[in-house]
Amino acid sequence: MRKRQIASTVAHRTAIVLYIAVALFPLYWLLKVSVTPNDLLYTEGVRLWPSRTGFEHYIFVLKHSDFPRFFANSLIVSGATAIIVTVLAATAGYALSRFTFRGKYWIVALMLLTQMFPLVMLVAPIFKMLSPLGLTNSLTGLVIVYVAFNVPFATFLMQSFFDGIPKELEEAAMIDGATRFRAFRQIILPLTLPGIAATLGFVFTAAWSELLFALMLISSTAASTFPVGLLSFVSKFSVDFGQMMAAGVMALIPACLFFLLIQRYLVQGLTAGAVKG
Amino acid sequence: MASIDIVGIRKAYGALQILHGIDLTIRDGEFIVLVGPSGCGKSTLLRMIAGLEDISAGEIRIDGRRVNDLPPRDRDIAMVFQSYALYPHMTVAENMSYSLRLRKTGREKIAAAIDGAASILGLNTLMERRPKALSGGQRQRVAMGRAIVRAPKAFLFDEPLSNLDARLREQMRGEIKKLHHSLSATSVYVTHDQIEAMTLADRIVALNGGVVQQVGTPLDLYDRPANLFVAGFIGSPAMNMIEGRYRSDRVSAWVELAEGLILPLHKTLQRAGIDEEEAADVEDGAAVTIGIRPEHIFLDPGVGGFEATVELIEPTGLGTILHLRLGGVSFKAFSLERSDAAIGDRLSVSLPPERLHAFDAADGVRLI
Amino acid sequence: MSLVASSSRHISGQRPLLQRLAMASEPYLYVAPALILIVAVMLVPLVLGLSYAFRDVRLLNPFSGGFVGLDHFRVLASDVAFARALKNTLLWAGASVSLQFTFGLILALLLDRPFRGRAIAQALVFLPWAVPSFLSGLNWAWMFNPVVGPLPHWAFALGLTSAPTNLLSDPTMAMWGPIIANVWWGIPFFAITLLAALQAIPRDLYEAASIDGANAVQRFLSITLPFLAPTIAITVLLRTVWIANFADLIIVMTNGGPADRTQIVASYIFTQAFRRLDFGYASAIAVVLLVLLMTYSLLIVLLRQSLLRRA
Repeated sequence: MRKRQIASTVAHRTAIVLYIAVALFPLYWLLKVSVTPNDLLYTEGVRLWPSRTGFEHYIFVLKHSDFPRFFANSLIVSGATAIIVTVLAATAGYALSRFTFRGKYWIVALMLLTQMFPLVMLVAPIFKMLSPLGLTNSLTGLVIVYVAFNVPFATFLMQSFFDGIPKELEEAAMIDGATRFRAFRQIILPLTLPGIAATLGFVFTAAWSELLFALMLISSTAASTFPVGLLSFVSKFSVDFGQMMAAGVMALIPACLFFLLIQRYLVQGLTAGAVKG
Repeated sequence: MASIDIVGIRKAYGALQILHGIDLTIRDGEFIVLVGPSGCGKSTLLRMIAGLEDISAGEIRIDGRRVNDLPPRDRDIAMVFQSYALYPHMTVAENMSYSLRLRKTGREKIAAAIDGAASILGLNTLMERRPKALSGGQRQRVAMGRAIVRAPKAFLFDEPLSNLDARLREQMRGEIKKLHHSLSATSVYVTHDQIEAMTLADRIVALNGGVVQQVGTPLDLYDRPANLFVAGFIGSPAMNMIEGRYRSDRVSAWVELAEGLILPLHKTLQRAGIDEEEAADVEDGAAVTIGIRPEHIFLDPGVGGFEATVELIEPTGLGTILHLRLGGVSFKAFSLERSDAAIGDRLSVSLPPERLHAFDAADGVRLI
Repeated sequence: MSLVASSSRHISGQRPLLQRLAMASEPYLYVAPALILIVAVMLVPLVLGLSYAFRDVRLLNPFSGGFVGLDHFRVLASDVAFARALKNTLLWAGASVSLQFTFGLILALLLDRPFRGRAIAQALVFLPWAVPSFLSGLNWAWMFNPVVGPLPHWAFALGLTSAPTNLLSDPTMAMWGPIIANVWWGIPFFAITLLAALQAIPRDLYEAASIDGANAVQRFLSITLPFLAPTIAITVLLRTVWIANFADLIIVMTNGGPADRTQIVASYIFTQAFRRLDFGYASAIAVVLLVLLMTYSLLIVLLRQSLLRRA
């Protein structure tokens, strides 16, 4: 009995370690190549760690490439998207959580529908719509598109956070002399802060990762986001692996930061858009 | 302090009627308890007074002023919620002072008000804690304190004790009563617990199915329940109900129970202040339900009793509840005496006529 | 006297009406901005896209835009690349989802058991989910690249391949490249949702089952699986739709190549729109994809209904 228990524990830990290794290995490799000097990259072949490391790829990428601009563009687009979406989703999610009103069912149905159909369908028509408005090759255009794409899911997410706050708290505040808006600001909002942070994180990550619409809507270097820039770099200079991977590590950093921020809310985030209704 | 007038209040959610026209006048300083089973509409009525629910029809006046369209904040009432609804991100002191801060009360005044409330409720050492760090009983006190500091026109309580364990509930019940005694604030208290209703109320409003069943002092409801619902709801163990047929002739009135048992009604009529002649407007032969409280059944009366079989014995410490069977009828008797009876024993019992209640078997309305 | 009374009632009745109107419109005001944006940026383009399917819309041809009826669909019917994309989509979605699910379920079961360092282990194994999809694609493309990646060399060393070649340029195997990347990236999704469902199972059920004499396997079959079934059903079905539409990894890793061997319907639409700038044809393919997905969703709903009726 005892032996079997030990065996099962060993198997369990081994499996966990295996999973961690597989999850981290590609990222580890990315990091490894990014710090491997060019002269070692091809001569040392498949080695787990180069005999000499250096940050020359990073220095080149930061100083002599457009990546700082792509990074800034992505930061602006993702940040603006995250903030606007969170504001819109907070108000809409509050209404869905706290009010019963005619049309609520249809609004929820519409939002669910947008989660189901292939967004790639919209690539062409959105391009056609935005181009006469001068919103192609523009970060504003990208933000508008991203906000619309992320609002439904973020609304469900915010709604689930509001649902977690008892209605009596607001009622108590209103009896205490607060208007509905003041009760929202002073009682509900402080309690939803973690949820708001999580929503910001989810939307930021989603906007940071978006590729297809950025590719379609942006062609100028000046307005390129990180994925567009990285992809065009890859197709132009497909031999500068060290630099590409250094750029890749840079793209990874904000994503990882936000991952840490939203880790506690992963479950709520992943189920908000999918399982509701 | 203020009076509250409730005139023809109705509440409906779509086709579903919750309240069917409630009329009630609550006097200044009065402690009113709304009691009834869950779903009877008592909480809805309270929330309508608070302004948390729309009024479908009718009118509510606080201090003579119509408040139907006033938001809760302008009604100057305080409410204690079942869940307490303490603000989790505020300390006890902040929770208690929130309403005063919203009203831009001066700093010293606020300090004085919350100090006063804290010492009444024994919260002085807890003022800087958050609700999470409080026990259930302490949270309940903070909820009370939040209401007290306001000195509002009326207090509303929505089952404030039902989340406490039995001991604490009894203790807080006493404190609420003392508090009301010293503040003599107009209070409306919702509960499903008839003991709370009996002990706290100046007047009880018994509700069932969205209709007021009876309004009166606790002892009114106990002594002269207006119908079968109130009779069954107030009192523990509950009143015995026995089906029978009302009979009368020129001389006297009686009830025929199953299997030829006869209960004389003579003295009941006297207690009700009705002449036997007048009682004759209950039709001879009408189906009635006779009620008698377990504590009013005499055990071992000697002569003139019925022979009943003991089916179950429940000692409560204070006394004994005996489950008895008399012919086809089962009923309970409560006695302060310790009983040495055993299951299967035959006991002599009597149902004193002056303690009998008679209700119309069809609509449950009190006849005698 | 009565006149005064009635006029005062009139005044007191007027404000509440306005007030009530303001209160009734409140929720709509809160929802409106989000709703307007969704309609303008998602619903309108959707309808516009449907209309393109019946028109000749080519970006580089200023004279295009005319109505062409079902022409696109006629071309589509004999488009070999589209037929292959359909087949590839089945392989792509089927293999990705089943592997993600299997490994995700195992991971969830591993993490459901308490052990020291679980929080850290959990953060590490879930990390791939946070990696932006384009970067996952590039990362794995590099891993498969014999110049900088280790995988071809390992496969060669193990004797799986006769030379350290790039999987992504092998026409018969290339599809598995994006699938592997997708599995790596998508395991956390299933693990997270299934772990949440696992932890919602009341622990005393397991205790009761142990007392009744059930061993670990019996407990898994009689408690865990029935409790997980609804979550499994809904996540697998929804995820299948999502992955069928998920073209990022393919666009990044192979761009549909070599010779359309890794093209799925979604990436084919994007290629038509982005590289060939033929919006009409792209929209026609999109309409077919939409019809297929709607049929699939309808089947799910019907299946759900019949399951519910049986339960």
